[in-house]
Amino acid sequence: MGLLDHHGKIERHATLLLVLSFLVVSIGGIVQIVPLFYLDNTIEKVEGMRPYSPLEIAGREIYRREGCYVCHSQMVRPMRDEVERYGHYSLAAESMYDHPFQWGSKRTGPDLARVGGRYSDDWHVQHMIKPQSVVPESIMPSYGFMMNRELDRSDAEKVRDIMGVYRMLGHPYTDEMMDTAVTDFFAQVEPFGDPVADRYPGAQQRNFDGQDAVTEMDAVIAYLQMLGTLVDFETFVPDASR
Amino acid sequence: MLGYTKLAILGLAVVVAAVAAGLARDLSYMIHALVFMLSAAIAFIWLIRRVGEPAPVVDPNTYMDGPVRYGVIATAFWGVVGFLVGVVIAFQLAFPYLNFEWAQGFMNFGRLRPLHTSAVIFAFGGNALIATAFYVVQRTSAARLWGGSLAWFVFWGYQVFILLAATGYVTGSTQGNEYAEPEWLADLWLTIVWVAFLAIYMGTLIKRREPHIYVANWFYLAFIVTVAMLHIINNVQIPVSFLGSTSIPVWSGVQSAMIQWWYGHNAVGFFLTAGFLGMMYYFIPKQAERPVYSYKLSIMHFWALIFLYIWAGPHHLHYTALPDWAQTLGMTFSIMLWMPSWGGMINGLMTLSGAWDKLRTDPIIRMMVVAVGFYGMATFEGPMMSIKAVNSLSHYTDWTIGHVHSGALGWNGMITFGALYYLVPKLWQREGLYSLRLVSWHFWLATIGIVLYAASMWVTGIMEGLMWREVDAQGFLVNSFADTVAAKFPMYVVRGLGGTLFLAGAIIMCYNLWKTVTSTAERKPASAGAAVPAE
Repeated sequence: MGLLDHHGKIERHATLLLVLSFLVVSIGGIVQIVPLFYLDNTIEKVEGMRPYSPLEIAGREIYRREGCYVCHSQMVRPMRDEVERYGHYSLAAESMYDHPFQWGSKRTGPDLARVGGRYSDDWHVQHMIKPQSVVPESIMPSYGFMMNRELDRSDAEKVRDIMGVYRMLGHPYTDEMMDTAVTDFFAQVEPFGDPVADRYPGAQQRNFDGQDAVTEMDAVIAYLQMLGTLVDFETFVPDASR
Repeated sequence: MLGYTKLAILGLAVVVAAVAAGLARDLSYMIHALVFMLSAAIAFIWLIRRVGEPAPVVDPNTYMDGPVRYGVIATAFWGVVGFLVGVVIAFQLAFPYLNFEWAQGFMNFGRLRPLHTSAVIFAFGGNALIATAFYVVQRTSAARLWGGSLAWFVFWGYQVFILLAATGYVTGSTQGNEYAEPEWLADLWLTIVWVAFLAIYMGTLIKRREPHIYVANWFYLAFIVTVAMLHIINNVQIPVSFLGSTSIPVWSGVQSAMIQWWYGHNAVGFFLTAGFLGMMYYFIPKQAERPVYSYKLSIMHFWALIFLYIWAGPHHLHYTALPDWAQTLGMTFSIMLWMPSWGGMINGLMTLSGAWDKLRTDPIIRMMVVAVGFYGMATFEGPMMSIKAVNSLSHYTDWTIGHVHSGALGWNGMITFGALYYLVPKLWQREGLYSLRLVSWHFWLATIGIVLYAASMWVTGIMEGLMWREVDAQGFLVNSFADTVAAKFPMYVVRGLGGTLFLAGAIIMCYNLWKTVTSTAERKPASAGAAVPAE
C-alpha cells in the first residue's frame, strides 16, 4: 500500500485537496459533454425541422411554467411497444430548438412527443378543462383557467424578446420573422389571416379554443398540435454507428 | 467604518429592489424583488441598531455555533414543510380532485412537485449540510469558523434563495429542468451564497490546528466545490428581460439533456451522497464512540466515488436520442459506482465493531445504522437500474420514484435525524434529549413509512412497466395507457400513507427537540464552547 502512504501529503494541504478533488470530478463531464458539441452525428440531418412559431413559443412557455414535463415525457424510445403506442422513435433533431429539452423522466401521463394531430382541438379543450370527462381514469389536474387568461400585445412582445434570445443562440429566425413576430402571434388563431405557414412551414392556423379571445388555451393547443409533426420520416436514414 | 459601508450597501439594495418590484413584468419577479427588499430592510434595521456600539469581543478559541443552531432549526422546519408538500402531492396523484379548482393556477401537481423536491433536497438537505459542515469543520480542525459574520450571510442568504425558489415555482417561474428549476435571478443569488460557503469552509480548513484534514471534511469539500461547478454549468442562461423572471437556458436538445442529467445525477452524487457521507463520517463515530473502521478504505472509496459518480448521468437517458456511446459510458460507470458506494457503507457500518450492543439501547445509533443500510440498498438498486435492459422496464415508471425515496427518506432523512438528535443537546448545552422513547417512536414511524413507500412503488413501477409493453398473441398492445393509471390507484394510496407516517415521525422529532431545548436540565458549562482538539 505504498501509494496510500503518500496520501498524507494531500491530507495536510487544504488547497491541494481542493484542486485535486476538482480535477478528479471534472474529467467525466468533459469526456461526456464536450464531444456532443462537435461530433457530426450527434444531431441527425433531417428534413422539416424549423424553429417554433411565436404562438407555439407561448404555448411551450406555458408547458414549461405549469411543469407538464414533470408527468409527461417527450421522448419515444425505440422499443416495439412504444413505437406501437406513440409512433416513430424520437430523434435528437426533433428537440434541437428546445431550450431546455423537455424529454422528461417520468410518465405519470402518456408521452407527448407525437401528440400533434392525434386528437381534435375540441378534445384538447375539453381535456384541459376536465381531463376525467374524456379519460375517466385520468389523474391529471384541470387547466380550465387557461381558457380565461387572455394574451395581449405585451405577451406577444415577450415572445418576440424570447425569439431574440433564441436568435442570439443560433436559431434561424430571419429579420422578416422578427418583424412579423407580433402579428404572426395573433394571425395564427385567425383561420383566414396572413398565412403563418409561409414563414413556419407546417404551422397550423385556426381558432384552437373556439373562443373569440386569444387565450393561453390557444397557445398550448397550438404547441401540442405541432409536437412531433415536423420531421419528414420518408427522408430519414438511421445512422448505424450513432 | 465597515458598519457604515454595509449599511450603505443594504440601503442601496432596498431601493434597487423596490424599484425593480415596481417595474416588474411578471408576478414572480415582483415577489422576488419584494423578498430581496424585505431581507435587505430587515438586515438594515438590525445593523443600524448596533452601529457605533463597540463590537462584541469574540474569543477566537471558541466555536461559532450560532449559525449551526439556526441551521438545525431551519433543517427541522424545512423538513416538515417538504414532507408535508410531499404527502399532499402523493394524495393528489391518488385523488386528483385535490388539485383544487380554486387553486388551479398555483397549486396544481406540476407546480407543487418542484416545490416538494426543492424543499426536501435543497431546503431540508441543504440546511442540514451547511449546519453540519460548519459544526464538523470547526470540531475536526480545532478552529473557529473563518470569515466572522460571513457564516451568518451564508445561512440567511440560503434561506432567501429557498424563498425565491419556492415563491417562483408556485407563481410560475421555472426553468423547466428538474431539480434546477430556479431561473436566473435566484441562480445568481445562490452562486454568490455558495462561493461564500466555499470560502468559509476553505478558510477554516487552512487555519486549522490539526495537522491532518479529517475524512469528513474531504467529502464536505468535494460536495461544495462540485455543486458549484454543476450549478454554474447547468444554469448558463440568458434573461429575456432584466425586469422579468423568465430566462432561456443556453443549452438545447440533446446537449441540454446530457448537461441536465450530469447535473441531476450529481445533485444526488454530491449533494445527497458526498455531503451526507461527510455527516456519516463524523456523527456515527461520535455517537458510537468508536473510531472510523478503516482509514485506507476511506481514502480509496473517497477518490473512487468522486471520480466515478460524475460519469453516471447518462443512465437517465437510456434508449433516448442521446448517442449510444454516451449511454454506454454512463451505464458502465454507474455499475462500477456500486463498489465505492459500498465502501462507504462498509466503513460506516463496521465503525460499530465492538459497539453493536448500542443498537439495543440507543435509538439514535439505530437511526444512523438504518440510514447507512438504506444507503447500501439504494446504491445497489441504482447500479442495477442503470443496466440498459433493466432500465428499459424501469425508466419512466414509479420504480424510479421509489428508488429515489429509499435513498432520500432512508439515507438522507435518517442520517439527518440522527445528526439532529446528536446536535441539539450539544448546541444548547443540555444533559441529553427530552425523550428517547419519542426517538424510538420516530424511528419506527419513519422506517415503516419508508417500507410502505418503497414497496408500493416497486409494485406500481414494475406493474406499469410490464403493462405498457404487454402484447397479445396477434401482436397488439393489451393495455391502454389509462388502464395502467387506473391499476396504480391502491398503491398510490399506500404510498401516501407511508409518507404520512414519515411526516408524523418528523413532527414528533420537532416536538422532542423543542422540549429538549426548553425543558431539560442544563449541562454544566465547564466544557461548553471551549475548543478542544478533534477526537
